[in-house]
Amino acid sequence: MNIHEYQGKELLRRYGVAVLDGHVAWTAEEAEAAARKLPGPIYVVKSQIHAGGRGAGRFKDDPNGKGGVRLAKSPEEARAAAEAMIGHVLVTKQTGPEGKLVSRVYVEAGCDIARELYLSLLLDRETSRVVIMASTEGGMEIEEVAEHQPEKILKVHVDPATGISGWHGRKLAFALGLEGKQVNSFVKFVEAMYRAYVELDCAIVEVNPLVVTKGGEVVALDAKVSFDDNALFRHKDLEALRDDSEMDPKELDAVTHELNYVALDGEIGCMVNGAGLAMATMDIIKLYGSSPANFLDVGGTADAARVTEAFRIITSDANVKGILVNIFGGIAKCDMIAEGIVAASKNLDLKVPLVVRLEGTNVELGKKILAESGLKIIPADNLADAAQKAVAAVKGA
Amino acid sequence: MAILVDQNTKVMTQGFTGAQGTFHASQGIAYGSNYVGGVTPGKGGTMHPTLNLPVFNTVAECREKTGADASVIYVPAAFAADSIMEAIDAEIPLIICITEGIPVLDMVRVKRALQGSKSILVGPNCPGVITPEACKIGIMPGHIHRRGSVGIVSRSGTLTYEAVAQTTAAGLGQSSCVGIGGDPVKGMDFVDVLELFLKDDETKSLIMIGEIGGQSEILAAEFLARENFGPGKPNKPVVGFIAGATAPPGRRMGHAGAVISGGKDTAEAKMEAMKSAGIHVADSPASLGSTMVRALKG
Repeated sequence: MNIHEYQGKELLRRYGVAVLDGHVAWTAEEAEAAARKLPGPIYVVKSQIHAGGRGAGRFKDDPNGKGGVRLAKSPEEARAAAEAMIGHVLVTKQTGPEGKLVSRVYVEAGCDIARELYLSLLLDRETSRVVIMASTEGGMEIEEVAEHQPEKILKVHVDPATGISGWHGRKLAFALGLEGKQVNSFVKFVEAMYRAYVELDCAIVEVNPLVVTKGGEVVALDAKVSFDDNALFRHKDLEALRDDSEMDPKELDAVTHELNYVALDGEIGCMVNGAGLAMATMDIIKLYGSSPANFLDVGGTADAARVTEAFRIITSDANVKGILVNIFGGIAKCDMIAEGIVAASKNLDLKVPLVVRLEGTNVELGKKILAESGLKIIPADNLADAAQKAVAAVKGA
Repeated sequence: MAILVDQNTKVMTQGFTGAQGTFHASQGIAYGSNYVGGVTPGKGGTMHPTLNLPVFNTVAECREKTGADASVIYVPAAFAADSIMEAIDAEIPLIICITEGIPVLDMVRVKRALQGSKSILVGPNCPGVITPEACKIGIMPGHIHRRGSVGIVSRSGTLTYEAVAQTTAAGLGQSSCVGIGGDPVKGMDFVDVLELFLKDDETKSLIMIGEIGGQSEILAAEFLARENFGPGKPNKPVVGFIAGATAPPGRRMGHAGAVISGGKDTAEAKMEAMKSAGIHVADSPASLGSTMVRALKG
């Protein structure tokens, strides 16, 4: 789960991570009032969306104007900047061409920047440990640094048995060329970040840029925080930070029905059990010359009700010209799936061709249910057969 | 031979009296595997209500009384890491965790607990391990398997079934099948399982099924290039497939570990690494069996 910058900073502040003072604003008036609460004379007004590249991004209705992060020299200027952002669609490198609607801004105090650095914490799957990554190339996308100047990325891993220690921060601080009181400030910053990461079950905490002020303090200028979805059950308070407007409505719908769904831009809707088989089904559709409209894993415990919901979500996509159901029953039972398909077809009045391939647990029972339903279902014998029939059905339609 | 499990493996179940534990233990028993008992804390000293096997309060006690040498875990995600660590403490040689959705930082601690221990872990978020016609531990449908010569290792459950069905249909059968699971932090990885398959006489050829995300398949390809192919090496034919060629970057495709996060973890990069190592890469998930038949003909 992703959250907004201002929410991330609020959480990090609680763990002792140094952030600047700021206030969220939902209207231009609130933005002006927020600025008045800050010392000035410089204010920064930042669009709040779940995507990076906001500063370099441009608003859809003003492509030649300023970006999604603007400096203001007075509360009135902060108001004007917020006016240009709230209710407008911001397009950045990470949003795709459709952009994202800005519904709120963060008004933050300015600061005197001496250096811009990069710092993040994330899981390193090769070592199965949390890794702290730092770089002198603050403000640049870390992926670009990794590609062109990999030697500029510094890493230190944390042993979960011993946890964070002073040397982790010192090792990075000296390698980054920090000196004097900057070192201590950085070490404290890193320790606070690690505590926040572990206690909140984060997936990534990225501060880019991390700035060293002219006064020698280390402060987070930006903060990207996301959480491990598997651990949200033990952080009920974080649920309140979820911003549903940032999600594809079909994906949001799927989440509430415990379905794994990712919207894509093709024409064949897919319903599959198992993530690997679901990806492979997408791949084979592409191989036979069409493209998948979605990834959908109904899961192992799929029953008739869940299959019906899955069909409803698949068919709510106007691009879907045909549906391919591919089930290899292990825990999932083919007869349960078949009952779901029959119920869904009747309830939803399906208008597109439907190809069904059933295999595995209770397959004969499942096939019988489909055959006796009287529905116009195109049965398939195996994966290749199913994909070919689905592609033929949409190409013929 | 085969790997990890055989007809002599004594299997215990953690989360034994729950719905999942009960159902899959009964399926394993029906398959002919040697299930000896299990653990449900608080129900120790009783018999399982339907399986006629003893229930214990702790893994250590179950191991002591039954001689179990493999434990399968069906405990819910919130408590599964704790169950794995209890099995590690009880020195269970083989721990297989089926549970899906374990918090990744829990698995980071589990992985640390495995270091220097007497246990190996398969999973979590996996279908389990089967040696056909001998021992079935996990949730895979037993009837699609035939004892034979292909060793199968996979990150995906249902895609493993696909490989099983196709090698059964081709008349080859399987020596053992290991689902390593779709999580980013897990027990055995491709290399660990491949190493066992290379040493196993019954395994004449291998299928490895990977997916997008992470570097495991690349490391596995490098391992096979080094340890399998070449003069004086086993030279067992290997067929590979990577799921997720059409997946968009940055999106998690069901499995927590299946997300392209930039660089070399795409399906394309992995298939390229496999090809250059000498692995026969199937162009479609439907041609795993036929690619293997061709590979065996040389």
